[in-house]
Amino acid sequence: MNVVVCVKQIPDPAAPAALDPGTKTLVREGKLILDDSDAYGVEMGLQLAEQAGGGEVTLVSMAPNAETSGLRTALAMGAAKAILVSDEALAGSDALGTARVLAKAIERAQPDLVLAATESTDGYTGTTPVQVAELLGLPSVTFAKKVSVGDGKVHVERQTEAGYDEVECPLPAVVTVTAGVVEPRYPSFKGIMAAKSKPVDQVTVADLGLEAGQVGASGARQEVTDVAAAEERKAGEIVVDEGDGHDRVVAFLEQLKVI
Amino acid sequence: MPIDKVWVLAESAEGGLTSTTLELLTEARSLGSTVEAVAWGAGTAGVADELGKYGASTVYDVGDLGDALPGAPVAAAMAALIEGGQRPDVVLVPATYDGRDVAGRLSARIDVPVITNVVGLSVEGDDVLSQHGLFGGTQVATAKFTGPKPWVFVVRAKSFAAEPGDGAAAQVTSVEVPDLGATGAAKILARHEEERTGPKLDEADVVVSGGRGLGGAEHYAMIEELAKLLRGAAGASRAIVDAGWVPYSHQVGQTGKTVKPTVYIACGISGATQHMVGMKGSKNIVAINKDADAPIFSIADLGIVGDVHKVVPKLIEALKSHG
Repeated sequence: MNVVVCVKQIPDPAAPAALDPGTKTLVREGKLILDDSDAYGVEMGLQLAEQAGGGEVTLVSMAPNAETSGLRTALAMGAAKAILVSDEALAGSDALGTARVLAKAIERAQPDLVLAATESTDGYTGTTPVQVAELLGLPSVTFAKKVSVGDGKVHVERQTEAGYDEVECPLPAVVTVTAGVVEPRYPSFKGIMAAKSKPVDQVTVADLGLEAGQVGASGARQEVTDVAAAEERKAGEIVVDEGDGHDRVVAFLEQLKVI
Repeated sequence: MPIDKVWVLAESAEGGLTSTTLELLTEARSLGSTVEAVAWGAGTAGVADELGKYGASTVYDVGDLGDALPGAPVAAAMAALIEGGQRPDVVLVPATYDGRDVAGRLSARIDVPVITNVVGLSVEGDDVLSQHGLFGGTQVATAKFTGPKPWVFVVRAKSFAAEPGDGAAAQVTSVEVPDLGATGAAKILARHEEERTGPKLDEADVVVSGGRGLGGAEHYAMIEELAKLLRGAAGASRAIVDAGWVPYSHQVGQTGKTVKPTVYIACGISGATQHMVGMKGSKNIVAINKDADAPIFSIADLGIVGDVHKVVPKLIEALKSHG
């Protein structure tokens, strides 16, 4: 079974995030890492391909520059290859523009299953995978907390407001996975070495048959007009527990007439 | 051009409209001059009164979807209405599991982008401006659409207060689901509802949440006990939900529930951005954490720097003996 995992390379979330003062889009320069939430999809893809007894995991990603350090992490985990849509024309793409590019790239891999995270850590719009599914004419199951494949179908436990639904869907399909769906493996030393020589197919927007005007900032039909500091909460009182911390909480709750 | 028609994706649960739906209907009345709803399920006729009271003149009823996941059929029905001549200027969608599916599918189907994670809306001239929390809510971004309508906004729960109006029952108009091809192939085999005692997490007046600082799944019981003593609901951080200590339905945060209780008590939660977006609107916040540098203390009204395993049991004892 061939699985495509959509992955995103993002600036290290541990580093302070910044917005470009001109375009008011996230600054995504310098070294990019694999989005933590994508590691679950990569692991899920590897496990499903192993269980199916054959097939491979192909990564699909896009970036305005040719950055591959995040992809190498996922290749080191065991993905076979990557398709990276790399084009300056992609800068400033909105979610639908991103979905258009990913859909075209995914078509090249002809997968049985497309996996993605429920949302990225840096932009968290959370609509791209479903837009990809619609553009490809595929069914989708979002917010999967358990995934298995058998008899040409994917079986998912899908999170709901009140609990979860058991959902079944014929392949090919798009499934988004929540963090925690599986425990991502750490790349082994052998994996890291092997990843250096795994193929990363770099394609441009034109290679995919898309016009530059359909993607990137020129294709985006939304803009950020302003960014301002949020109203701050008044600083509260911080006390160190000397065995009486609970009394302070009780007094606070009494004051609020909660008890 | 001023905003005329606003559509609201109306979701029901337990026989009535969800609180987020009521919030969006209320906001829709102040954005536009005509409010219409789109609903699905077997019970749409039963909520027509409530929809009307909150301002919807018409509800487009996609009907009972049986065992189908709603995203594809509802979006296709909406797209067919729009292609058939309906012209909503704005579409408001609740940021729920199904709402996000509908918004994504609709967006791709009618080729308009979506703006998500909206926490505020306003009309300014010909534009509708949306507000978004950034970087854990420390900054607020304002965004707008620059392309053709409809403008689809996915709005987070509790962004607006729900206020009933005095409208008559909404007129129910049945709409057909077009042929979905493969996109409609996902089927629900079984629905599982987790048992709940006490108030719902997103409606409770008091929420007590636990995080990784609890140290293990077995210590979550004291969070539940404290919540019960305060007639509140028990919540959790994503870390312990992902670790499998507590079911997902308890998760407060970006991918979980948004809560705005009178009091939020965070126990052993450091305050990741992910979590803070879901609870920083609480009227009062109490944090108990042994790390004095934990980000949660920056938004706490009362912070106790201490071990949850010592403070929380004593708090439970004190509340038990409290009259």
